[in-house]
Amino acid sequence: MSNHTDTVTHPVHRDDVGAKMGMWLFLFTEVLLFGGMFLVYAVYRYQYPDQFHIAAMELNTTMGTLNTIILLTSSLTVALSIAALQKGNKFLSLCFLSLTLLFALMFMVIKYFEWTTKISHGIYPGSPELLTKPNGQILFFGLYYIMTGLHGLHVLVGMVVISFMIVFIARDKVTSDNYVKLENSGLYWHLVDLIWIFLFPLFYLIQ
Amino acid sequence: MSGNNKHHISYGTYILVWAALIAFTSITVTIAGVNLGRYTLFIALAIAAIKSALVINIFMHIKFDEPIFKVFLGISGATLFIIFLLTFFDYIYR
Repeated sequence: MSNHTDTVTHPVHRDDVGAKMGMWLFLFTEVLLFGGMFLVYAVYRYQYPDQFHIAAMELNTTMGTLNTIILLTSSLTVALSIAALQKGNKFLSLCFLSLTLLFALMFMVIKYFEWTTKISHGIYPGSPELLTKPNGQILFFGLYYIMTGLHGLHVLVGMVVISFMIVFIARDKVTSDNYVKLENSGLYWHLVDLIWIFLFPLFYLIQ
Repeated sequence: MSGNNKHHISYGTYILVWAALIAFTSITVTIAGVNLGRYTLFIALAIAAIKSALVINIFMHIKFDEPIFKVFLGISGATLFIIFLLTFFDYIYR
């Protein structure tokens, strides 16, 4: 049981539903942020269907698929870490969160190799090689860099958030009967996964 | 402590959902290699939608949470849909 007698004598008001509501509102703004980019993608793909196909051939489907599997698995480990904490298993919860961090790192490493390969082939926004290509292909790679780039930034932020959760759980700031912070971090991480679920077929699976 | 004594999902359910997500990923990658003409994009998006439904309902607990979160999700989805619809009306009939 709790050693913090002060919290027993002066119970702190907590509103977990309110906290989650705030998180969902934030996720709403994230959906609109990425939604705007998906809209730009949709219009330009409609305008240049053939050039989008040609440009997408340059992307490495194997790396994209591998990253999809890694990100889906990292979503699983976050969900499992919450389930473990609900059951009061602090150690297992920490293990699952550390695994999530590891998967996120693997995702970023693969992303790094993917981007550096593209850049070494002279394909990056504003590169002389890219500018010789038709408009549709320039737009495809512009969207590819900005959308996967912003998504990658979200993965990095997620890694920081999860690191904080690991510290909080280790120091008993997040416990089996007060874990809304972990739940909200999980919601954020699942959203990052959701965005990738759509980015993957739209960029890597055009044949 | 309200909000914490909710429906707890077992490890098994999560792992099952994860297996389904991986299965759908392999289906969508396999189908992408087959030439289905104009249906390719439609099928890829349909599979992505099924995967999102799994993530939102189970991983994000929407299925078991308070109804207000379903309302939030509905409003954000509807907003995005309307923005897409209006933009394409403008773009196609310009």
